[in-house]
Amino acid sequence: MVTLDITREHCPMTFVKVKLMLAKLNRGDTLDVVLNRGEPLENVPRSAAEEGHRILEIRDAEDPCHVVIEKA
Amino acid sequence: MEKKKLSLIVFSGDFDRAVAAFTLATGAAAVNWEVTLFFTFWGLNLIKKNKGHAAIGRGVLDRFFNFLLGGRNNLPLSRLNFGGLSPRLMTGMMRGRNVATLAELIAAAHELKVKFVACEMAMNILGIKRGDLIDEVQEVIGVPTFLQYSQDAQVMFI
Repeated sequence: MVTLDITREHCPMTFVKVKLMLAKLNRGDTLDVVLNRGEPLENVPRSAAEEGHRILEIRDAEDPCHVVIEKA
Repeated sequence: MEKKKLSLIVFSGDFDRAVAAFTLATGAAAVNWEVTLFFTFWGLNLIKKNKGHAAIGRGVLDRFFNFLLGGRNNLPLSRLNFGGLSPRLMTGMMRGRNVATLAELIAAAHELKVKFVACEMAMNILGIKRGDLIDEVQEVIGVPTFLQYSQDAQVMFI
C-alpha cells in the first residue's frame, strides 16, 4: 500500500496530488490518503469514486483521517 | 458518465487573476472535469516561452508591446503592484503558507491534461507566433473551435 499525506496541502493541490498519485499506480494497487477533515475528506473519496476507483475504507474518527482507495 | 466541462477565457495578464484561473483549472481537472484554458490578449503573456521581457513580433510596434508586457515573470498584481515587487512577495507568501505557486499550478494543469489553447486573432494583433508559446499549448484556435470545445461547459471569463 502506498501512503500519501496531504494534510499540509491546500486546495487545489490536495486533489491534484491524489489524482496524480492514482494515475501513477497500477490497477488493483491501494493508496492510503492521510487527510484533514472538511473539504479534503468530503471530496477526495467522492472524486475518486466518480473516476471509478473503489473506496475500501474511510477512517474519519482519527485525526488526521484516512481514506483507502483501490485503483480501478 | 459524461465528464463535466469547464472552459476559462484567460484574458487578463494579471498575476492574481492568473493564479485564480489556474487554481480553478487544476482543481476542476483534479476532480475529473474536462478543462480548457483559452488564452487571449494579455493572457497570452502567461504562455510565452520567454518568461521575461523579449521583443518578439514582426513589426516595431509588436516588438515594443511584447517587450514592455514581458512574460510569466513580469505579470503585475492587479492591486498594490509596487512596480512589480508584489508578485514576488506574493509568491514568497504562497510558498510560506504551503500554497501552490503559479509555476506549480501551471505544471500541475499540464500534468492533469488541461487543454491549453491560444487565440489566433490576439496572437495576430500582437505578432506572436506559435513558436513563441510554450509547448504545452496544444492548438491555436478561433471562436468557433472554442465554442465547440465549450459545448455544455461552464464558461468563465477571467
